[in-house]
Amino acid sequence: MTILAQVERQLLQPGGFSSTDLERVFGQLMGPSIDAADLYFQHSRSESWVLEDGIVREGNHSIEQGVGVRAMSGEKTGFAYSDEIVLPQLLSAAQSARAIARSGNPGAGHALAAREAKALYAPVDPVESLANEDKIALLREVDKFARSLDPCIAQVIVSLTATLDTVLVAAADGTLAADVRPLVRMNVSVIAERNGRRESGNAGGGGRYGYKELLANGRAHAFAREAVRAALVNLDSIPAPAGTMTVVLGPGWPGVLLHEAIGHGFEGDFNRKGTSAFAGRLGEKVASPLCTVVDDGTLPNRRGSLSIDDEGVPGECTTLVENGVLKGYMQDKLNARLMGMRSTGNGRRESFAHLPMPRMTNTYMLPGKSDPDEIIASVERGLYAVNFGGGQVDITNGKFVFSASEAYLIENGKVTRPVKGATLIGSGPEVLTRVSMVGNDLKLDEGVGVCGKDGQSVPVGVGQPTLRIDAMTVGGTAA
Amino acid sequence: MNAIIAQPDDSLAQLDNLATLAQDVIHRCRAAGASDAEVGASIDTGLSVNVRLGEVETVEHNRDRAFGVTVYFGQRKGSASTADLAPDSIAKTIEQACAIAKYTEADPYAGLADPARLARVFPDLDLWHPWNLDAQGAIGLGIEIEDAGRALDGISNSDGASIQSGGSLGVYANSQGFVGRERGTRHSLSCSLIAQDGNGMQRDYWYESERAAGDFPDAASIGARAAQRTLARRGARKLDTRACPVLFAPEVARGLIGHLVSAVSGGALYRKASFLVDHAGKNLFPGFVQIVERPHIPRGQASANFDNEGVATADSDLVRAGILERYVLGSYSARRLGLASTGNAGGIHNLIVEPGADDFTGMLKKLGTGLLVTEVMGQGVSIVTGDYSRGAAGFWVENGTIAYPVEEITIASNLREMFAGIAAIGADVDRRSHIITGSILIDKMTVAGS
Repeated sequence: MTILAQVERQLLQPGGFSSTDLERVFGQLMGPSIDAADLYFQHSRSESWVLEDGIVREGNHSIEQGVGVRAMSGEKTGFAYSDEIVLPQLLSAAQSARAIARSGNPGAGHALAAREAKALYAPVDPVESLANEDKIALLREVDKFARSLDPCIAQVIVSLTATLDTVLVAAADGTLAADVRPLVRMNVSVIAERNGRRESGNAGGGGRYGYKELLANGRAHAFAREAVRAALVNLDSIPAPAGTMTVVLGPGWPGVLLHEAIGHGFEGDFNRKGTSAFAGRLGEKVASPLCTVVDDGTLPNRRGSLSIDDEGVPGECTTLVENGVLKGYMQDKLNARLMGMRSTGNGRRESFAHLPMPRMTNTYMLPGKSDPDEIIASVERGLYAVNFGGGQVDITNGKFVFSASEAYLIENGKVTRPVKGATLIGSGPEVLTRVSMVGNDLKLDEGVGVCGKDGQSVPVGVGQPTLRIDAMTVGGTAA
Repeated sequence: MNAIIAQPDDSLAQLDNLATLAQDVIHRCRAAGASDAEVGASIDTGLSVNVRLGEVETVEHNRDRAFGVTVYFGQRKGSASTADLAPDSIAKTIEQACAIAKYTEADPYAGLADPARLARVFPDLDLWHPWNLDAQGAIGLGIEIEDAGRALDGISNSDGASIQSGGSLGVYANSQGFVGRERGTRHSLSCSLIAQDGNGMQRDYWYESERAAGDFPDAASIGARAAQRTLARRGARKLDTRACPVLFAPEVARGLIGHLVSAVSGGALYRKASFLVDHAGKNLFPGFVQIVERPHIPRGQASANFDNEGVATADSDLVRAGILERYVLGSYSARRLGLASTGNAGGIHNLIVEPGADDFTGMLKKLGTGLLVTEVMGQGVSIVTGDYSRGAAGFWVENGTIAYPVEEITIASNLREMFAGIAAIGADVDRRSHIITGSILIDKMTVAGS
């Protein structure tokens, strides 16, 4: 059975209808002044397990399902949803959604045509991919291992979460597509205590697969080792410097720089409205010629990947910046239509109860030619930041921050002492013009990113090679 | 535009239905062998409308249901939730919770709240004020707000105005016989505008949030205030790196008090993940600082008769004469710490920082020459160590007068030093959140810039 047939059976059959009945709903939704409309059916199942103080004290299982109905007329969108997938509720939601257009008789959309996209992940239910006994044993084993690594470890929290999202998209443009999206994640967080000083360390990862893939190659133990290492490093940290200096960013997760500094500013909605600092700058130089940045939803099994986006468009690899020049924006259908462009498969929503928007998938910079050691050796005095908490951006003035959680001083070309966490602040349109060296060591993150926009959270990925930025403001306390 | 048909207010009947469902589920959990059980169930409904450049952009109708059950088999517990209240789904949810409890381990501190502390009286806190507003009315109001802002010279673009109106019905019940019902409405109006300057664009916003629509100020004033804030940011510059006093405007000052709440919350304390472990009874602030919790304010943003476990809420001091009087605890963390619940499972209910005598202008004079912060960015606050480093924007102030806007700077210190270094608290109180405070002046922080 195809994914589509399987999803139809799971989502529509219990409510007593099939995809052919959906044309009736579009009859209700469409009209002379409605340009586009879609239905988004979703069933989501998730579980979480938490170990704390050596015992697995929390377990949770949750189920959510429903259908979102959207009608668009020019720049206007009407939206309603129902948590019951049955025809009367669907027709009533359609009535509410189409009220956005002032008048007109119901019309018809195109006939629905099934669209199969290349699957980037296996349609496995991760909740069922490991016996509960084994999940518990794993949590205990990781806890024991973390505590065995150093006597300073005072607290260990280990969590496992898994979600299976099953979605069906039907649109008046004829789109009919389905996706089954697994997502797992493990997290280890520790507190180290020495001579009255306490510091925390965190590590984790995951992707679109089952628990077995998550645990392959000793990854669970590696997370524990990494969390303990980070906490111990921070026990020795001194106050971070304050002021503008050369910053070297490590590979992988520090790519959150790209997500904040340019990623959000390249989303179609902000550019259509002219509210992004990058609006109207297609073809202009926005970064040093060493920088090529892509948003790639097509990487197999990655946390941010999508076989189809939430509007039924297959995931794509979109070049945002090529050799320093702004090449393209990330689009959903609405903003693409209004800007005379095409959707790039970036239409995403948190759930059926939220409207789609242009969102990132996996955003990363392609590798350059420099050896990472050579990059550090080139800096007389600066900051080497290898791990970060989150970030934030004001897309209108372009100012963005991201907070280092593990960083070191660079003195005379050598990495010396660890410094306390500090926020780095910069200007999106300027920061990449100051990239003077790009490493040959591209790395993607471990699979932990969550991006928030307009109150909606979606899983994303980031990555980059080691980068040298000639000037950035570092928010420490040591003048 | 079709109007939404105004529904008769059947909220009390819906609450009764939720209560009946919750009690029935608790019986069924007991029948399945659980020694104890608790249920939370809610229904949220609302309308959200955005207008931009004088036209409607989105109209969203929402109705969200949630149902969660926790079962205890002795000291082992399991939880499950569903957004679907159909009998089948409820039955499956009970099964799932019981199945999970087979795998979790006995936790000596697990369990329901102390029955002696459960709420017994449920005075009306005046929180239920449905707004008879249809989409058309909301669009008109949004346009009025945005127009008032766009009318100001220099506003070049808009992120729009939004109107949100919603109601929440909630029931919490447990196997000790407690059944608590709550209902509350919340409405908000906001506007975000853009202005151009020599370097690019600036954006700022303003919003109001009320339990009753009749308590809103004049709608046009919200757009005008958003516009004034945006225009004031034009020509923002960086500062040189320096140490100076910092005045947190009320809308960002509440974040500092939020960090205090996080650091004295049970979860952070028993995990030893707070810089305030073992600080009850100690001096954290100068002697003039008083911070009190008042859970029963009529129409209060976070008013409630009971917390997430049914424990009665009560007026209580958190900080008296600069001394931390207590922690912020639910039953679980209280048992872990050998203390009693403070009625704060799920959070704090209206925390009020006692205002000082000076209004905003007076606080600028007290600041003298230093930084006024009106926006903070990022997550650079560690509750474990108290280290504080965040992006900021605001104004440089000279001799008590705003000199020019500033941006792309960071402010850094440690929360312990910042709390001890509070020089004054303003009378310019912001009531829009569960933390109610005026502006807060900190004697010294490191400002990093160019």
